[in-house]
Amino acid sequence: MTLRSPLGRARGLGSAKEGTHHWWMQRVTAVALVPLMILLVGFLPVAAAAGYNGFLQLMQDPITATVLTLAVIAGLYHMKLGLQVVIEDYVHHEGAKTILLVLSALGASTIGAVSLVSIFMLAL
Amino acid sequence: MAEFRLPPNSRYKKGKSHPAPAGAQKAKTFQVYRYDPDSGENPRVDSYEVDTAACGPMVLDALIKIKTEVDAGLTFRRSCREGICGSCAMNIDGTNTLACIKPIAEVKGPIKVFPLPHMPVVKDLVPDLTHVYAQYASIEPWLKTTTPPPGNRERLQSPEERAKLDGLYECILCFCCTTSCPSYWWNSDRYLGPAILLQAYRWLVDSRDEATGERLDELEDPFRLYRCHTIMNCTKTCPKGLNPAKAIAETKKMMQARRG
Repeated sequence: MTLRSPLGRARGLGSAKEGTHHWWMQRVTAVALVPLMILLVGFLPVAAAAGYNGFLQLMQDPITATVLTLAVIAGLYHMKLGLQVVIEDYVHHEGAKTILLVLSALGASTIGAVSLVSIFMLAL
Repeated sequence: MAEFRLPPNSRYKKGKSHPAPAGAQKAKTFQVYRYDPDSGENPRVDSYEVDTAACGPMVLDALIKIKTEVDAGLTFRRSCREGICGSCAMNIDGTNTLACIKPIAEVKGPIKVFPLPHMPVVKDLVPDLTHVYAQYASIEPWLKTTTPPPGNRERLQSPEERAKLDGLYECILCFCCTTSCPSYWWNSDRYLGPAILLQAYRWLVDSRDEATGERLDELEDPFRLYRCHTIMNCTKTCPKGLNPAKAIAETKKMMQARRG
């Protein structure tokens, strides 16, 4: 039971004074992913058909490596931002919410690090 | 987690049936949600057959006829009966609207009449609006200025400035939009919802208001504003034909505009 006034409950902990950056970056990464995903999907069959040595050659091309790097960063950043929204929407237990938010951020960072290191090792 | 089923004490069951009166010419069935907090029982859906040949054209007319002639206990809010007070907002045939401007003839088959979704129910079709009203108060919906008013006349607006309020001032706060929004269902404790955000935008674009920055500060929040995921149920359901989704999108653009 609470005897707090309705206005007190509606105001809650006040405004967090953030949210626009998150919203804006979701849109920026979405726009960036339009060409990047087209290039990535176009690259996959070429890479699959190239054979081992052909694939290594492809990966040593600076443009390929750059596109893949950008696709990984934009894609995973976009994923992290989206997952955050899903978790905040549906998980209402404060503890579980915090753990999931941290895990999703760490997960995206780890996948990103592994992908980038792999791209650089093949490219250099 | 978000709840995807009603709690056990809110699940409704089949209720009583009231057949059409003898000599009815055009009987139409109304399935009406009934809940009596004093009975301790679960809600039920009562069925009423109404002779629409002897009834006004709107769903509210039928509800008033039921209350007058069949079941005086049926409880609902109504006042103006012409779509300007917002009292009779309810869920009719699966869509939030005003019972007084929803024609019976628009619905094929039995007409389901339920209270606004996902609000605590006081009785029958009467939702508890305490929290949405408190949220409305929280955005401080009045003109805020530092400049004193001109000595002998009102604060002036150009016709273009006044035109920016069109599509906003018509909102009657019936909360059809807010209660149609899934994002509001899951996070109503912190998300303001489309009705309140449309009202907030009404003050953001008022050329006479001098507190735009503070208003934006108060809305700058992952939940208060940014739980809106452009689902658009608000705009689809608004019985006044307004566009809360656009008001919210414009607010987000104002947020971005002041950053860079």
